[in-house]
Parts: sequence; C-alpha cells; structure tokens
Amino acid sequence: MVDKILDDLNRRIVLATQAGLPLVPEPYQQLARELDITADEVMQRMQRMLESGIIRRIGAVPNHYTLGFRGNGMSVWDVPDEQVKRCGRLIGDLDFVSHAYHRPRHLPRWRYNLFAMVHGRDRAEVEQKVDTIAVLLGEHNRAHETLFSKRILKKTGLRFKGER
Amino acid sequence: MDSIDRAILNRLQDDFPLCDHPYARVAVQLGIAESELLSRLQQMLEKKQLSRFGPMYNAVKMGGGLSLCAMSVPEEYFEKVTDQVNAFPEVAHNYARDHLLNMWFVLATETAQRIDQTVTEIEQVTGYLVYNMPKKEEFFVGLKFEL
Repeated sequence: MVDKILDDLNRRIVLATQAGLPLVPEPYQQLARELDITADEVMQRMQRMLESGIIRRIGAVPNHYTLGFRGNGMSVWDVPDEQVKRCGRLIGDLDFVSHAYHRPRHLPRWRYNLFAMVHGRDRAEVEQKVDTIAVLLGEHNRAHETLFSKRILKKTGLRFKGER
Repeated sequence: MDSIDRAILNRLQDDFPLCDHPYARVAVQLGIAESELLSRLQQMLEKKQLSRFGPMYNAVKMGGGLSLCAMSVPEEYFEKVTDQVNAFPEVAHNYARDHLLNMWFVLATETAQRIDQTVTEIEQVTGYLVYNMPKKEEFFVGLKFEL
C-alpha cells in the first residue's frame, strides 16, 4: 500500500532523513552520495513531497520540556457530538492551542470527544488558558479535564523500519 | 539558550531551504557564520533542546496510520510497561500523564491496518487494555513555538 504512494526512491529518501538532516554544509549532497543519486534529484523529490503534504515541513522540532514549557497540558472536553465541529474551530483559532482534534469517546470510562493541546510556561498559565476555553465553549462544555504530562517516556518522531 | 539560539529556533521551525548550501543561506539571514549555525544546532540537539532537525513526514499522507492511545497502568508496573511499549518502533511519542489513564502514546505505522494490529500486540505483551483514539477530525494546527 505504501509503495503505491511512495516509490522506492522516495522511500529510501524517507528512511535516510527521518532521523534528521546531516549537519554539514551540503546536506543534500551527502544524502545524494548515500543514495547514489544526484543532489538535484534529492532536492526535487523532497520539494515534491513538500507540495503533496507527505513532508509537513522541514525544520527544527523544539523540545517543550527542556526549553521551559513545562506546563504542556492536554485539555479534553465533552461536548455534544453535533457541536464538536463548531467547538473545535473555536478552540483551533486560539494562539495557545497547538493541536485540536475530534476523537472517539470510550464510554463509560472516557467521555471526552474533543482534545486541545495547551502550552504554557507552567501549570498555572495552562490552567488559566483552559479556563478561557471553558468560557468560550459556554453551555456546550459538559465536562472537561486537563491532563498534565509528568514525563516524556519516548520521543523519536515518525520512524519507519528499513525492511518491508 | 541565548538570543542567537532563540533566533535560530524561531527561524528554523519551518522553511529550511532546499538548495546546495541551505545552512549558509539561513546563516546569512540570521547574521551569523554557517559554521556557527551548524555548531549551535549540534549543541541544541545534544542538549535535547531540539528533538530533531529535518523533514517532518505525514504518516497518513504516505498511506500510513496514526493514532493516539492511552493505557491505565498501576504505578508499580509503570517502568516495566513503559519499556514494553517503547520497544515497539511504531510508538513515536510516549508521555506519562496525571490521570487514571496515565500513559499516552502516539502510534505511527506504515499502513493504516497496522494500527489495530499494533494495539492488539501491545495489549498482549503488556496485559493492559489500550484505548485507541484515532482522530476523526483535525481543527487547525497552528502554533509555531515563539520563544
């Protein structure tokens, strides 16, 4: 299935770059040597993958924790299913929300269907921002909680295995 | 982190150039030498201020699967289960959170079907139920990290 979308060369480019770009003056030339193709071909294919959305972006992924954003809180909301789209858009417009998703409930133990990741320097700041969301959602907010992260257990990003 | 590191981070969260000397091009924009940019990036990676540097791939666009999963793990088994869960290459991120559901991880798989298989395998290996919560809809992913 993947191979229909990613041909073999693109797949090798993904494998060669998923851990990161080489930190050398000519990173695409280095990749080209590893892949035994030209640097132009590496760049063209990465450009096309950017355009088609296979590559979301090329850049640095900051680590919230070590940079002092320790208040990373996952706010979860129980809103009526017919309101979830409207509520999600309202939340998504807030600048302190990095992700907002509609996700399935798992009743009876998990009632929440809307998730919003809220960032702040500490818990108090995140809690204030969550209160702002609660006011915004008004009567549609039937219940909510904020799950704070205690620890990163793993953070590698997307990794494909080399073999099929 | 000093002001140069912050400038690098704010500039480099997106739009890293595809050209023969991309670091040199960015370094000029930032008013520093290419060698300084490279050594600072290296240091930020070593200090884990950056999780990684390079292209961010969209698993779903590649035909793959992506999901958020949660588990409720008793404290006394938490480390053991962490090791078991993290051993799956499909587990991209894993966070301990303050809740009855205290372990939250993201699965990224090469095919959409692999999500359900991986969930089942994790349940079998750990002996705990996995709450699978794939997104039904995404609402605007905005924030770039302003430092």
